[in-house]
Amino acid sequence: MKKLMLGNMAIARGAYEAGASVVSSYPGTPSTEITENIAKYDEIYSEWATNEKVATEVAVGASIVGARSMTCMKHVGLNVAADPLFTASYTGVGGGLVLVVADDPGMHSSQNEQDSRNYAKAAKLPMLEPADSGDCKEFVKLAYDISEKYDTPVIVRLTTRVAHSQSLVAEEERIEKPLGTYEKNIGKNVMMPAMARGRHVYVEKRMAELAEFADNSDINAIEYNDKKIGIIASGIAYQYAKEAMPEASFLKIGMVHPLPMGKIKEFAKNVDKLYVVEELDPFIEEACKVNGVDVIGKDVFTLLGEYTPELIKAGIMGEKYEEKQPSGIPVRPPVMCPGCPHRGVFHVLKKLGLTVSGDIGCYTLGAAAPLASIDVCVCMGASVSGLHGMTKARGEEFSKKSVAVIGDSTFMHSGITGLIDIVYNKGNATVIILDNAITGMTGHQQNPTTGYTIKGEETRRVDIEMLAKAIGVNRVTVADPFEVDEFEKVVKAELEAAEPSVIIARRPCALLKHVNYGAPCKVDADKCKGCKMCMKIGCPAITFKDGKAIIDPSQCNGCGLCTKICKFGAIGKQEA
Amino acid sequence: MVTNIVIVGVGGQGTLLASRIIGSVVVDAGYDVKVSEVHGMSQRGGSVITYVRYGDKVNSPIITEKNADIVLAFEKLEALRGLDFVKIGGKIIVNTQEIMPMPVVTGAAKYPEGIIETIADKCEIITADASKIALEVGNIKAANVVLIGVLAKNSGIEKEKWIEAVKTNVPAKFLDLNLAAFEKGYNI
Ligand SMILES: Cc1ncc(C[n+]2csc(CCOP(=O)(O)OP(=O)(O)O)c2C)c(N)n1
Repeated sequence: MKKLMLGNMAIARGAYEAGASVVSSYPGTPSTEITENIAKYDEIYSEWATNEKVATEVAVGASIVGARSMTCMKHVGLNVAADPLFTASYTGVGGGLVLVVADDPGMHSSQNEQDSRNYAKAAKLPMLEPADSGDCKEFVKLAYDISEKYDTPVIVRLTTRVAHSQSLVAEEERIEKPLGTYEKNIGKNVMMPAMARGRHVYVEKRMAELAEFADNSDINAIEYNDKKIGIIASGIAYQYAKEAMPEASFLKIGMVHPLPMGKIKEFAKNVDKLYVVEELDPFIEEACKVNGVDVIGKDVFTLLGEYTPELIKAGIMGEKYEEKQPSGIPVRPPVMCPGCPHRGVFHVLKKLGLTVSGDIGCYTLGAAAPLASIDVCVCMGASVSGLHGMTKARGEEFSKKSVAVIGDSTFMHSGITGLIDIVYNKGNATVIILDNAITGMTGHQQNPTTGYTIKGEETRRVDIEMLAKAIGVNRVTVADPFEVDEFEKVVKAELEAAEPSVIIARRPCALLKHVNYGAPCKVDADKCKGCKMCMKIGCPAITFKDGKAIIDPSQCNGCGLCTKICKFGAIGKQEA
Repeated sequence: MVTNIVIVGVGGQGTLLASRIIGSVVVDAGYDVKVSEVHGMSQRGGSVITYVRYGDKVNSPIITEKNADIVLAFEKLEALRGLDFVKIGGKIIVNTQEIMPMPVVTGAAKYPEGIIETIADKCEIITADASKIALEVGNIKAANVVLIGVLAKNSGIEKEKWIEAVKTNVPAKFLDLNLAAFEKGYNI
């Protein structure tokens, strides 16, 4: 019987059935559940790596010595992994190597909307794009076959609506892939100029062969129907277009690079009007035009965000598509959870009026009202190195009024290199590491600072204090962000110091199972003066009614931060 | 024929469990199914929308405005936001719980009044105080299963199939609680 599976789960199932044996990834929405599901298979070694570059290199290494391997990441992770990827394109593989990248059109959980298909072209690699969970599983298995047959890493590209949608999948048996013997091959695996020149010749030959494969493979399939309108689409855009124009003829593209140009030309000849429907960049459209195929694409469809069947229909029928107008209903943006330890940190930083160089994680919500404390957020790790740039540009006085905030997982990912840069280049910056004992934003993954592996086994823990000291930071302080007065003192002292400082704000994520603050808090209406001080910490459990603060016991987790903020002692614990 | 169910709520309310239960019910009933979930940022207390579509053949996993047969709203303000999904002749099931969004907490916006009346003017509405009912059966966290009970009653799919799905989707130690919650919802 077929099973309902998330696209991400089906990718994991595909890797399992294909006999993959090494998987290394770094979490990132919407890709995280792939590796979480792979970790459930005992036959596959899996791990959370420190970042996407490391993860990709682990997979490349495993592949070179013969294992079918995989690495999974979100779109911006591919920027981090680009360096090994571009050259692994030249070495090719031993065992099959598949890189899964999940794009996020519409930016449900991302800082940009980049289109990863451009990487396939730039790195000269084949890329497959599934349109539902069934495709996800099949395409991963095919990707391994292509990888080994054509001696190439293969990219499988998802978008949020494929990764995070469930549809039906038929499970099959796993086929074990024995490693075989490993033989040293300097000409193929050591990329120095002399060898790389030879491999580049191979890469171009391979891409030409893959273009031929694309034309012959049935993952690129023509479905003739009414020939007045022809639509070329892949991935989720294919599903939307099918829904919008069920009568039209379709060329469903399963391999987005290299494209099946022969099939595209044949299809173009047989339909009156030809559309390319693709979210984000005009990737297929431009390839068609370069090859002399006349198509309609971004002239009628937007470069922005996600598509819908309605938007596609409007584009093709030449109707006006009405963007939904703001309704006047209050919006509900994401917020830090009740009991979030980050809240104490931002309360203090806001109070001190500091410039805050921010980073990526749950704590980015420190930019939202009412805390509105973060000044800048670009990419993982940029808080630390960015602050260094700010203090070098604006000098001593500025460094006394500015800090960086970075989460534990993000610090391991790429914060440590920035901190080394600060120490080495005589910087003076105050870096606050928000150690909540987990990778929070992506849904609780272990990381090197937590002491547990992806499978929940105990492992050696990276000690952040010792690490900071070892690279030459003399001033390392651990402070509890819920002891707000003490925390404020520490921040002030470190800002004054004429050398780099690290403050580790340590308190576990409120959603961790072992965190239990007991009974919720409540406001004593007689003592409450209605000053709204407690409202300034932006706790979703605290609201205001008839001149008094009230706490919703169904939301409050009893963390008690508000009891320390109230100047009148009006907030206490409910009797248990 | 495709049936469209939209689930709206606030991140953290347990809408994912609800969509998984509905998913297993309709798979068991032999339909083609697509469920589009929300993971990530908005799970941190933001508005969340999940789509469930089933029928002979389903292409798109998303549901657009005026196409939902049923909207299942876990929170009152989100029900108002989700109203645009309801198709002509469709209905909305509303949990009357109120969760203040941050712009209301900070005073930048007001929680609208008369939401139930506004909705009742536009389409058929079924209300339930699911949190209160869940508390009565022992745990406020079972509010999502109370709502599943209400949905089951309105779904046209046999009750037994729903009970089976609740059994396979909730942890064994909370089974009795959840079955009680389901019954209460079913009998509203
Ligand atoms: C290069 C890159 N990889 C992955 C992500 C996805 N991502 C966003 S936040 C985050 C983890 C944050 O964890 P941590 O730093 O521990 O902070 P927390 O969320 O726990 O506060 C990840 C992996 C990303 N945005 N960019």
